[in-house]
Amino acid sequence: MHAEFISEMFGFSDHLWVSLALVCFLLGSVYSIYLLTSGKLLTSRLTLALIAIGFICESVFLFVRGHAISRCPITNHFELLVFMTWSMVLIYLVVGSAYRLSLMGAFTAPAATLLLLFACFIPEAKPMMTRAKVNPWLEAHTSFSIVACGAFTLACIAGVMYLIQERQLKTRHPSSMFFRLPPINALTVANSRLLWLGFGLLTIGLSTGFFIGADIDWKKAIWSILAWCLYGGILVARWRHAMAPKWIATLSIIAFSLLLGTFWGIRFISDRPSIK
Amino acid sequence: MNIFCFGISYQTANVEVRERFAVTDSALNDSLGRLLLIPQIEEGVLLSTCNRTEFYLVSRDSQLAIEPVFCNFYPTVEPSDYKQLFCLSSGSTIRHLFRVAAGLESMIPGETEIFGQVKRAYETAAKFGTTRKVLNKLFQKAFQVGKQIRSSTGITCGSVSVGSVAADLAQQIFGKLSGCKIMILGAGDTSEKTARCFQSRGAQQLFVSNRSFERAATLAQSVGGRAIRFDDWEAEFRDLDILVSSTAAPHAIVTTEKLEPVLRTRRDRPLFIIDLAMPRDVEPAVHELDGVYVYDLDSLQTIAKWTMEKRRQKGEACNGLIEKHVNEFQDWLNRSRESIAPSAVIECSRT
Repeated sequence: MHAEFISEMFGFSDHLWVSLALVCFLLGSVYSIYLLTSGKLLTSRLTLALIAIGFICESVFLFVRGHAISRCPITNHFELLVFMTWSMVLIYLVVGSAYRLSLMGAFTAPAATLLLLFACFIPEAKPMMTRAKVNPWLEAHTSFSIVACGAFTLACIAGVMYLIQERQLKTRHPSSMFFRLPPINALTVANSRLLWLGFGLLTIGLSTGFFIGADIDWKKAIWSILAWCLYGGILVARWRHAMAPKWIATLSIIAFSLLLGTFWGIRFISDRPSIK
Repeated sequence: MNIFCFGISYQTANVEVRERFAVTDSALNDSLGRLLLIPQIEEGVLLSTCNRTEFYLVSRDSQLAIEPVFCNFYPTVEPSDYKQLFCLSSGSTIRHLFRVAAGLESMIPGETEIFGQVKRAYETAAKFGTTRKVLNKLFQKAFQVGKQIRSSTGITCGSVSVGSVAADLAQQIFGKLSGCKIMILGAGDTSEKTARCFQSRGAQQLFVSNRSFERAATLAQSVGGRAIRFDDWEAEFRDLDILVSSTAAPHAIVTTEKLEPVLRTRRDRPLFIIDLAMPRDVEPAVHELDGVYVYDLDSLQTIAKWTMEKRRQKGEACNGLIEKHVNEFQDWLNRSRESIAPSAVIECSRT
């Protein structure tokens, strides 16, 4: 099926698919917050369904856009954020069902909403059309690095959930939300596995970067290696049991905040545009 | 047709009076049979639990007095006891049954056992042939309301006893309890109740230690665990997930000094300590250690009371929903009043 046909069939421009995904994630967020705060015995299946529909809409956008520009659709900030959200939701859909952490959706949906909102408000939305030959190493480098960011986002979410549970246990005043979130042991395991997954993907992403063939942008490379070292350090501490799970969860949040903060910083201080 | 409810409950009478009105399971059929002999009654269901004995009745008469109806039913009951019976009619009866089925009239709001008891009472009456169109519809509606309130309000959420609160917390720390190693220190009544709560939630590795090894062995046997000599319990600490302590020791037996070296070898596994002793068996500073959660009697009771209060609040919030169903049922009853014929079944039974 032609990519254009999908959009034409519904009379949508490809941006509308992103808007639809945003609406789904927003509704999922509102419903999740209602579930968590009301203490009602309702299932989170609706949140999961909304997230899944949002994911499908994003997939259609990426397919249509990728077909239009004949390359992986990560050529500007807008596409980058959509791809990052798509990666995060993909990992959530796999991890959520594998580890029975479906309530992670209550936190994933707001994160996806924020990322897409941010994407929709940035001006640079036109796809970067280029006649340059597609470099598979560059494509692999960017896509693996962004999927790694998706895994780190979820590790951060699992860390936030862990700290909420831990805090409630320590204060001895657990709220109704405490009994609805997953057990802290399950969150420790999920946080750790997501960090390993993200680290593995980031390692592949950085390694492929050395085969792109162009001159290395050292400012960007140093920042990326620093992020890799930070996550590596957290994982070594986890592996050697040198830190309590509380500190691993805290560090996964700090590391992700730094990653996100420096991600845009790198792009501004970098010598050349990183995505072509 | 008019609906009535006569009854007695923990809210209106003490246990001495309640037991005079109680109807045992073995006497239920006989009681339903005698109910049919009362001329004014068309349909009837008898609900008898440890907290209440209630008669749900349908009559063509617009008014039913308690004494004439029950004078032959309870020959041994003193006439003064009738004053403690409550009598409800029409809308109040419908409302009361809906609240009973939803657990809102129970001692512990939201408890689910009453739903099964109401269901059994109805099924027995239906089998015996003392229910027809009105009570069939009323009880089906009550089950629908009970289910709706339980599923949509979360009134059954949370535990209201110390043991079950401890088990709830343990499940929120470890998930499934089947893989957890649980040590019960002290073989008193509180320890036994808590051990049974853990056992009912799937705990399989229970160890009991007590100064008297015989008592530890007895408790271990009754909960399917293993007894350990009191001198050896600290050696087992390294692999423990949950410790329930309720010894009569005059001072703390679990201290940070003892725990810190053990924690270093436990890797990342959390440790949940339930201190049910008075004076406390666990030094308060232990709770400050990473990955260690200590809950004493006060903190568990606070959670139990908080849950009870939440359930009461949720129960009050159900009033609107119940009123909606009461009105629906009354509308149906008014519409059906003309079409309901006297019970042929009951007439036959009486002859």
